[in-house]
Amino acid sequence: MNEKKISVFSIVNLLLLTAVALATLYPFIYMVAVSLSGSNYVLKGMVSWFPRGFNLDMYKLVLQDPRIMHAYVNTIVYASAGTLVALVVTGLGAYALSKPEMLFGRGFTVLIVITMFFSGGMIPTFLVVKEMGIMDTLWAMVLPGAVSTWNLLIMRTFFAGIPRELEESGKLDGLSDLGIFARIVVPLSGAIFATIGLFYAVGLWNNFLNPLLYLRDPDLFPLQVILRNLLLAGQAGAGDLTAAKGGDSVIVEESYKFAVILVSTLPILCVYPFVQRFFVRGVMIGAVKG
Amino acid sequence: MTLRTKWSKGKILFAMFIPCLLYYLIFKYLPIFGIVVAFKNYSLYRGVWASDWVGLKYFRLFFSGDDLWLLLRNTFLLGFYNLVFGFAAPIVLALLLNEMRLRVFKRFVQTVSYLPHFISNVVVASMVIVFLSPTGGLLNRMLESLGIGSVNFMADPSWFRSIYVLSEIWQHVGWESIIYLAALTAIDPALYEAAGIDGANRWQKIRSITLPGISPTIIILFILKVGSMIEIGFEKVYLLSNPATYASADILSTYVYRTAMVNGNFSYGAAIDLFTAVVSFVFIYSANLLSRRITGNSLW
Repeated sequence: MNEKKISVFSIVNLLLLTAVALATLYPFIYMVAVSLSGSNYVLKGMVSWFPRGFNLDMYKLVLQDPRIMHAYVNTIVYASAGTLVALVVTGLGAYALSKPEMLFGRGFTVLIVITMFFSGGMIPTFLVVKEMGIMDTLWAMVLPGAVSTWNLLIMRTFFAGIPRELEESGKLDGLSDLGIFARIVVPLSGAIFATIGLFYAVGLWNNFLNPLLYLRDPDLFPLQVILRNLLLAGQAGAGDLTAAKGGDSVIVEESYKFAVILVSTLPILCVYPFVQRFFVRGVMIGAVKG
Repeated sequence: MTLRTKWSKGKILFAMFIPCLLYYLIFKYLPIFGIVVAFKNYSLYRGVWASDWVGLKYFRLFFSGDDLWLLLRNTFLLGFYNLVFGFAAPIVLALLLNEMRLRVFKRFVQTVSYLPHFISNVVVASMVIVFLSPTGGLLNRMLESLGIGSVNFMADPSWFRSIYVLSEIWQHVGWESIIYLAALTAIDPALYEAAGIDGANRWQKIRSITLPGISPTIIILFILKVGSMIEIGFEKVYLLSNPATYASADILSTYVYRTAMVNGNFSYGAAIDLFTAVVSFVFIYSANLLSRRITGNSLW
């Protein structure tokens, strides 16, 4: 009937959404193009969509930088150890809280939810970590983020939805609560562990505040701190870079920074298209609860 | 069931909860009690308990200084602009996506728009600073080619709030639209059919069916956002600000960081932490009260 009117609306909508997609993607396209272009094209501002004077010099420079590679390894260690610890602590805790027969279950839940509204703040938390003596250790990266209340509540909701009959059969076979959790619940919960594990892993990979507060030894710095030093604090002065290249060509700071950004974000950019549905599912489970 | 039989049946379950309990006691509750350092003169060598009491010294210092009002104003305004613009954007995006009939295109835009949510604050802040650089940054090059002179965005306090809010929207708009899209799918399609038969056009359908359908979600999320309005993430403000923009960019949390971690005055930092906690509690409490009055829904 009113197909004509609808098409005007649809065209405007199509244009708006295309603009959203472009605004999100273009910065990445531009960074890829600039970081792969010859320096004279970049300096003249001739690069916009595609690389010009294609070369991999910047990436060679970045990948040969021992500071970046060392920090990369640190980040991988912190993110994998942290995710493992967080999944174990959160999984066990969420399972216990999901059982109605859990002793003081309601009380503990209240205790946990309160922390979403009250917190001691940056300095008292720092002092706790300091007085525990775990500053400048792996534990300072792993323990302070071992449980996220939001993730704990999502997991609890998921576990509470598992049919009791499945667990009863385990009880008849003489399994303890821990046995039921390990043999029956965990194998049924692959998707939720993958989802929450990804949330933790991304959080740990991207975290900047905790290493800023709890690490002093530059050898222990993860990628985000090194990135801040290289990209924002201007430790990679132009002279430094030209010297690294032997002074035979001009290094454009912008191209170098984009290459650093892309190298450090690569794991997320590569994995993202395949795992985004897990993230979305996590939000949905959380939304049903809230 | 007596406590004793409950315990014998539930001790393994309880044991499974212990690591989680320890986490909350050590990293959440201990700092809440550790806030007593705000009333002491904390010395790194003597530790929290052995340091001398100084009563309200640091609170007096903070309330009598000039920084308090600037910090409160900056924190409040940044939170306020972020709330006003950051809250509407995902709703608009969700509505646009909902009206998109081309399935593949819709999925593409969704997937693309979630992506920046997973990029670190360090990377987003670096991108902002490089793109806005007065020497050859993308945006300034565009401004110059349009005949407008280049602007030194990152050194001008009057630009800071806009830059921060826009970067927050860029980073999170897609992700935050997910929850509204979920609410939209719950609307009964029969309502749209009935409206179509009555001759309603698309605007009328959006106004009379779609918006009322998601308004409970909008209200709940709005209250949550008001409650956490002044809890602005430290990382991005810290990374985007510099001494030239402190006039608008210095907020409570960045000031605490500088006071304690840079200048070494931990007790003063903790005093401001406590002040921040009290102010944000007032916000959450008022938002909750308001929500109970208006909608009958509340967090507690």
